[in-house]
Amino acid sequence: MPTFVYMTRCDGCGQCVDICPSDIMHIDKTLRRAYNIEPNMCWECYSCVKACPHHAIDVRGYADFAPLGHSVRVHRDEEKGTIAWRIKFRNGKKDMELLAPITTKPWGTCIPQLSDVAAPSNEMRDSQLLFNEPKYLRLDDGDIHTLKSNGLKLEAGVYY
Amino acid sequence: MFMSNPFSELSASISPTIMQGYIILMVLLVVGGTILDMIHKKSAQYFFENAKKAKKSAKRTVGTGEKASIAIKVLANEVLTSGEFSNTRRRFSHLLTMYGFIIFVATTAIMIFGYPTPATPTPAILPQLWHIGALMLCAGGYWFWIFIRVDVSAEGLSWYRFERADLFILSLLTTATFALLWSFAQSNGISGWSTLFFALFVASSTTLFGSVLWSKFAHMFFKPAAAFQKRVTRADGSRENLPAEYDLTDPAVQAQFPDIPEYMGNKPAYMGHGIKRESANHY
Repeated sequence: MPTFVYMTRCDGCGQCVDICPSDIMHIDKTLRRAYNIEPNMCWECYSCVKACPHHAIDVRGYADFAPLGHSVRVHRDEEKGTIAWRIKFRNGKKDMELLAPITTKPWGTCIPQLSDVAAPSNEMRDSQLLFNEPKYLRLDDGDIHTLKSNGLKLEAGVYY
Repeated sequence: MFMSNPFSELSASISPTIMQGYIILMVLLVVGGTILDMIHKKSAQYFFENAKKAKKSAKRTVGTGEKASIAIKVLANEVLTSGEFSNTRRRFSHLLTMYGFIIFVATTAIMIFGYPTPATPTPAILPQLWHIGALMLCAGGYWFWIFIRVDVSAEGLSWYRFERADLFILSLLTTATFALLWSFAQSNGISGWSTLFFALFVASSTTLFGSVLWSKFAHMFFKPAAAFQKRVTRADGSRENLPAEYDLTDPAVQAQFPDIPEYMGNKPAYMGHGIKRESANHY
């Protein structure tokens, strides 16, 4: 289900208007509060839910991870570099919290300085490889990387 | 202009009783408008139902003493210093507008009821405060109206475009502006302009206090209640179903969420601001 805004929590700051990739979060003409102007165009990306400083926006999660009537709420903490989720079922018995990193280095410190990089040679331009491809695929420092070569093993469930 | 009580001078043409009656009528309009607003929007019903729902998912009971300390925090943070605003410019503009409005309205009432005619000389501080209040209102209000308003800053619309949502701020601004212009014209003896600005001042203030049902005037009553309720949900653990705020260096948190020490280390660094580094104006 698309986003919806709790009018009592929204203060009309415009963060959701700014971040919405579909440009469908707008400010109501009567109440100056945010609302979704075109719910059927909302792809439920959660950008506005995470960006809202007042936690005023909610989206009902997909039925494949929680049954109808549940609550999925999120708190994105930029300063700690984490995102926390809480999924609560309608009967209140399942009340689950998740916490994951969203950055491992301070924001804005690792932006690639592409203007400082040397221009590609003709040979590189004619190559089928894309910019920095061998480096980013890490094929130039040995063999192909695998879980085993990196001392990792596949765990049960979703792992990334 | 800043030293004279404009209402005392006005008493030559309009009786102080009429002015006092007008103030009482405006108070009644605000009270009636707020009650009608609550009935129409069912905001009180929603508020109490929401509080009941939050109480059901509470993890602990909040005692009367703790509730009193929460009320003091709400007064100090949300009410007196507009702490709920995350945008600093907006918070500052709101403080200017709010205190300007309070000073302006309070001194108006004191001057009309306490010093209605030149026979009872007004202490110099009252007209000075009245003018300072109106100027503060104009400073904060026009700053908000032209630059900070979400329609201008995030929706990319022009500052002179207005709609029903602007009823409150516009009537507030016109009230303060025409009050200052009226006072200026009156103290300089420009009688025609003085009458015009006075008529516009009365029309604006009647719109401000009479349109509570359609404007956001009533926010000054329900916002503190909502802020109190929000703090209670944090104290009782229901937290509006939001996740807890974790201390990333706590070994128990690290054991529960192993991704944190694995990717961020045992003492994660302060990450600073990400999207908050820039203001929301990329519409």
